[in-house]
Amino acid sequence: MHAEKLQHDFEPKIVAFVCTWCTYAGADLAGTSRMQYPANVRVLKFPCTGRIDPVFILRAFQKGADGVLVSGCHPGDCHYMAGNFHARRRFAAFRALLGFVGVDLERLQFSWVSAAEGGKWVEVVTELTEKVRAMGPMKEFKALEDEEQWSGALNTPELREAFESIT
Amino acid sequence: MSRIGVFVCHCGENISRTVDVERVAKEAGDIPGVAFSCDYKYMCSDPGQNLLKKAVADNNLDGVLVAACSPRMHEKTFRKAASAAGLNPYLCEMGNIREHCSWVHEDREEATAKASDIVKLMVERVKKGKSLAPITVPVTKKALVIGGGIAGIQAALDIADAGHQVVMVEREPSIGGHMAQLSETFPTLDCSQCIMTPKMVDVANHPNITLYTFAEIEKVEGYIGNFQVTVRKKARSVDESKCTGCGVCMTKCPKKKIPNEFDQGHGMRTAIYVPFPQAVPNTPVIDRQNCTMFQSGKCGVCQKVCGPGAVDFEQQDTLIVEPVGAIVVATGFKLYSIERQPEDSPIQGYGEFGYGTIPDIIDGMTFERLASASGPTGGKILRPSDGKEPKQVVFIQCVGSRAREKGISYCSKVCCMYTAKHTMLYHHKVHDGQAYVFYMDARTPGKGYDEFWRRAVEEEEAVYIRGMVSRMYQRGDKIVVMGSDTLVGVQVEIEADLVVMATAVQAQDGADLLAQKLGISYDKYNFYSEAHAKLKPVECATAGIYLAGACQGPKDIPDTVSQASAAAAKVMTLFAKDQLERDPVVAKVNEKYCVGCLACKKVCPYGAVEEREIRDRQGNLVKVVASVNPGVCGGCGTCQATCPSKSVELDGYTDEQIMAMIEAL
Ligand SMILES: Cc1cc2nc3c(=O)[nH]c(=O)nc-3n(C[C@H](O)[C@H](O)[C@H](O)COP(=O)(O)OP(=O)(O)OC[C@H]3O[C@@H](n4cnc5c(N)ncnc54)[C@H](O)[C@@H]3O)c2cc1C
Ligand code: SF4
Ligand code: SF4
Ligand code: FES
Repeated sequence: MHAEKLQHDFEPKIVAFVCTWCTYAGADLAGTSRMQYPANVRVLKFPCTGRIDPVFILRAFQKGADGVLVSGCHPGDCHYMAGNFHARRRFAAFRALLGFVGVDLERLQFSWVSAAEGGKWVEVVTELTEKVRAMGPMKEFKALEDEEQWSGALNTPELREAFESIT
Repeated sequence: MSRIGVFVCHCGENISRTVDVERVAKEAGDIPGVAFSCDYKYMCSDPGQNLLKKAVADNNLDGVLVAACSPRMHEKTFRKAASAAGLNPYLCEMGNIREHCSWVHEDREEATAKASDIVKLMVERVKKGKSLAPITVPVTKKALVIGGGIAGIQAALDIADAGHQVVMVEREPSIGGHMAQLSETFPTLDCSQCIMTPKMVDVANHPNITLYTFAEIEKVEGYIGNFQVTVRKKARSVDESKCTGCGVCMTKCPKKKIPNEFDQGHGMRTAIYVPFPQAVPNTPVIDRQNCTMFQSGKCGVCQKVCGPGAVDFEQQDTLIVEPVGAIVVATGFKLYSIERQPEDSPIQGYGEFGYGTIPDIIDGMTFERLASASGPTGGKILRPSDGKEPKQVVFIQCVGSRAREKGISYCSKVCCMYTAKHTMLYHHKVHDGQAYVFYMDARTPGKGYDEFWRRAVEEEEAVYIRGMVSRMYQRGDKIVVMGSDTLVGVQVEIEADLVVMATAVQAQDGADLLAQKLGISYDKYNFYSEAHAKLKPVECATAGIYLAGACQGPKDIPDTVSQASAAAAKVMTLFAKDQLERDPVVAKVNEKYCVGCLACKKVCPYGAVEEREIRDRQGNLVKVVASVNPGVCGGCGTCQATCPSKSVELDGYTDEQIMAMIEAL
């Protein structure tokens, strides 16, 4: 019954930020329908995509996520009417910024999955996992996290130099 | 240091089959701050809940994580148990290791690792959780019922009989919906009008029901117990308070040849009209598109003949705001059309049946009108093209239903039964006629249903042919029906005088737009989604909104009425209390940091953010800050993600909680 499992050299860590009302429920439906998808994804539940601060996405990348999925209700279907509309505007700007600082935007996916779309959840998660697996680990931010450990001291030569360079 | 308890559920074998629950519990025990962890066969059972309560007391726990099914399933259950053990319910969370893990992964190693991760994340969330006090809000004991078909009528009457006020909003000029159009109804063949019209009159006369017909929902604001609904009453061009319903206007109106929608376009009506003689209310409406007065400014006959002076060409749409505590959605269905559909539509028409251009190929509802004593033919079965009595009638089931290639894969549920009914009605009226039925399956679950179907086949001599029709075309005055009989394995060709198609039941036009106004979810066919397929079949996921009838999916009358009464019972349960406890997941402003930019106010979809002035003792304005009205806040958190100074925070989803989870990734 079990399909032959493929061994991969690299298993990416995928983090999904989802809203409770649509995508979380859609993922539940995939479960009740016993659909199968890669186990790489970790789901963080939010009331609405409107609650998702871009900082969370940055932090997830820093903390080792190789791919991030943000998913909520379809446009017009947000449980809070307009939360996903604000989220969409916010993320459009954020995506551009992220591209500017050199993150491969293929690692960050936005989608709409409704409470009735268990199948779509499976597709989206599977696709992103496979895509990121092929891309390999996300190194840029993790390196930053390691390098930029600030000691907390204020009057260091590095900080003074950095400060002088901008004034 | 926190003292968290972790409880890992086997869910019988639903979780333990793929997840090593013992290992998950053991690993949970190693997380800093976890003071107790265990696994148990059924956490939601009585002994499971007692186990939780006992562990809280024995170990002095200050937070609880139950790793089991989806929180959408049992969060309430466990929060109640935690509360009984003296813990604040909001310090109890669930980790979803069933729907999001054991059911969707086969590999035991991977699934176990993921389950452990989920526990790890959620424990961090519990650690940063805060005790929250429930918010109580008053309940407006008045219900809104949208749609005046049998579903809406039943729900409205039940709620009104219980002593509560009801506002009913119906889009058409009369209530009644599809049931008012039916001739006789399965499985008992009683006359639809005879059982329907008294209920319609009851609605109109009920002291607790306010009826708005020719009206639509413009806007819905608020939340359970406290909705504000704006109703648009479209201009009827007739003053309802003056009209006596004498009908003189309709007899004098010179525009007499407008196809009547109620008769599926087979009877005629005037420009000022009531859709059918038993309409409720019996107040005419002017169809402005077809009225000479509105189109060319000449005529006005109805106004001249109207005794009480009720005709008002100047009438405008009016907006009425109604505060209500609960909403029942009962907007019913529409019938699929075989006509050519727009290119971009996911639903397709039937070119092989002539895209609806052959006059003697009709749908089931048209047949209902032909068979109805009050219909355009006075109850005689006469075909549309030449008014002759058809001697060979072919009925086709599942037109558009269970037809994935046409865009609809579901079963419309009522067609098997009403087609059997149609063959009987036909046989009763045309004794020397022959009915043929093309069908895929005969689905007759329901009390007395199979007996009814057998009667059609065995006593009323309908010939049932198992197979599909591949093509139909006009030859002379006959329709050639080409199909196959899959039981015998032969091609069949029948020369029919009339063809009746049981076309699919589809969601109402505009169902999606209404759902968006209400903030409820719907499936890909635009049928409204219930909160749980088995355990919450009449509730929407949105609190305070309930579903009744065919708007949720194809349904016959007995099922529709049961669901409507169930929805009414839910409304009455809500109205049994004066105060309602609501989820305290609301935003709060930290006034110390708030800079008064009011960015939050701009994005709040509920208008929950207000400006507040902070003054010193002398009354001098110190600063303006945002302030959230907890009764109005819906808890979406958009304000928090927007606030540039991080001064507004959503309880239950604080930055601290979310960051703690991300750190644990
Ligand atoms: C040909 C045919 C024959 C049938 N025969 C039988 C039978 O013999 N026995 C049986 O048990 N069942 C039969 N049925 C099924 C029966 O018609 C349905 O079960 C029943 O009509 C469902 O009632 P409802 O109130 O949910 O929907 P509807 O009857 O569709 O009523 C919905 C109402 O809501 C209104 N509305 C829609 N949208 C809005 C809006 N946005 N705002 C305000 N109002 C709105 C509509 O105008 C309508 O009045 C038959 C169905 C068909 C198609
Ligand atoms: S004539 Fe006047 S009173 Fe009579 S039905 Fe028409 S509008 Fe009403
Ligand atoms: S969480 Fe904020 S934006 Fe959302 S409803 Fe409440 S106050 Fe408005
Ligand atoms: S509730 Fe799903 S996006 Fe707003």
